[in-house]
Amino acid sequence: MKSAFAALLICLLMIVTVGAQGRASQAPLVAARADAPIDLTGYWVSVVTQDWRWRMVTPAKGDYASIPITLAAKKAGDSWDPARDEAAGEQCKSYGAPALMAVPTRLRITWQDANTLTVETDAGTQTRILNFGDKKLPRGAPSWQGDSVAHWERPRAGRGVASKGGSLKVVTSHLRPGYLRKNGVPYSGDAVLTEYWDVSADPNGDQWITLTSTVRDDKNLREPWVTALDFKKERDGAKWDPTPCSSR
Amino acid sequence: MTSRDSAVIHCLGAFVPRCVVFIVVLMVSVPAFGQFDLTGKWASRSSQDAMERGPGPDPVDYLGLPLNDEGRARALSYNYSMLSLPDGQCGYHTPFYIVLGPFGLHVWNEFDAVTGKLVAWKIGAWVDRDVTTIWMDGRPHPSPNAPRTYGGFTTGRWDGSTLVTTTTHMKASQIRRNGAPVSDQATMTMYVFRHGDLLTIRAVMDDPVYFSEPLVRSRVWALDPDGNLNLGNGVASPCEPIAELPVADAAAIVPHYLPGQNPFINELTQRHNIPAEAVLGGAETMYPEYRKKLTDYVPPAICKRYCGCGGLGVPCIEDGSGVAK
Repeated sequence: MKSAFAALLICLLMIVTVGAQGRASQAPLVAARADAPIDLTGYWVSVVTQDWRWRMVTPAKGDYASIPITLAAKKAGDSWDPARDEAAGEQCKSYGAPALMAVPTRLRITWQDANTLTVETDAGTQTRILNFGDKKLPRGAPSWQGDSVAHWERPRAGRGVASKGGSLKVVTSHLRPGYLRKNGVPYSGDAVLTEYWDVSADPNGDQWITLTSTVRDDKNLREPWVTALDFKKERDGAKWDPTPCSSR
Repeated sequence: MTSRDSAVIHCLGAFVPRCVVFIVVLMVSVPAFGQFDLTGKWASRSSQDAMERGPGPDPVDYLGLPLNDEGRARALSYNYSMLSLPDGQCGYHTPFYIVLGPFGLHVWNEFDAVTGKLVAWKIGAWVDRDVTTIWMDGRPHPSPNAPRTYGGFTTGRWDGSTLVTTTTHMKASQIRRNGAPVSDQATMTMYVFRHGDLLTIRAVMDDPVYFSEPLVRSRVWALDPDGNLNLGNGVASPCEPIAELPVADAAAIVPHYLPGQNPFINELTQRHNIPAEAVLGGAETMYPEYRKKLTDYVPPAICKRYCGCGGLGVPCIEDGSGVAK
């Protein structure tokens, strides 16, 4: 009986070993650029087929549709005053990382160095810095784009079979409080944004980024705010058109 | 070597082949490398377009739809009473409704009883969408002249860690629940991504008849093993034909609006100050530069309808009266 048990144990150990060989590598990335399973670089454009009335134009005061806000957030939203934001020089409150990617915009994505990916938007002329690796980020004042830690996620690789594809995971925190929506729906400095960036190609050859985004903010959200956004790749930057932030 | 050691070796000798068989069986029954498991209950998590998914869009709201002139004309002829016509009472949506509708997903798989290989994924039905079967066994799509169904015919393949599906042979239906049309010549492609407990689907509807370019939409679900998705049995969509408008049934009329006679064409402009041209959609309304055509837009002073604060249990203007209730 004991022998049978030992044999079963060996079986299970073999299974665990095989499984472990197939698991995604957790080793620190030395050079994220060289290790990239997908190519995010280039120019991309927002394609606004969802939430048009809340993204392409500034919605009415008090329009909180689709966002699971708390009472505190509603109270803050009810007192939204774009003139006050302009006077305070805070026109970029709706261009912080938790809101930026939903702003109709073009993206310019480039490698700043081997372990740093930059995502620029022409709407609001913002720049997000996505940091790979284990380096300690300098902890300055909170900013609209916060601190972003990035790493590649890969599918399981088989024994002797290289994995294909993958995605980018980005976690952003240390944010300056801002608006999730232009009409003053707030997020706090404790908000955390988690994103998954996927790339796929249509039968007609169009390439797309699908961005799955989750904002967590206990002060202003009753539950995580989850969205999916789409960006289509463009040949060049001919339509790149930087514009300043706007409160209205 | 002791007799005990010999016994263990003997025992191992008997077990190792079985162990190998056991592992092989396990490897056959789990997704291959790079693939993921779709099965389970997935709760809707997309916090987008709550009004369109819930109560429904405004009657003439084609914002962000790549309708061409023919698609727009067809959409404007739509009358909600069409749903009461005999052929409209069980008029389901196409599988594109997966990314449009408000519901969760119930996904299961079917295996070949002999080979153990995956034959198909099945996405359970909703009250207004049939089961979507994603054939994974390499079978071809039917002849272009084969009959259409609302669910269409779907095949799938893995591209790395992304499940890519192709749907053809769908009946003509709506791309938005206000009569914006999609034809029976359309092809739909879905890209399914999984990140832990999150499932994201990007769906592309390419319709050469009513669209000037493909319509793309993405949506997210979260794994919810204990979830009660309230979807019935999920195996089939129970349609009960009922004529809700006796006059349509008795008089054999076909509800519709003639060109230029849709009474709702200015509703979105009056309620939300959206320019009439934008309300009628078109591919250019999907891109950021269209905002340059909206420079005269001024937001309404305050939200009066579907403002999204109902879940808070606080007074909220929802009914268009302008009074918080």
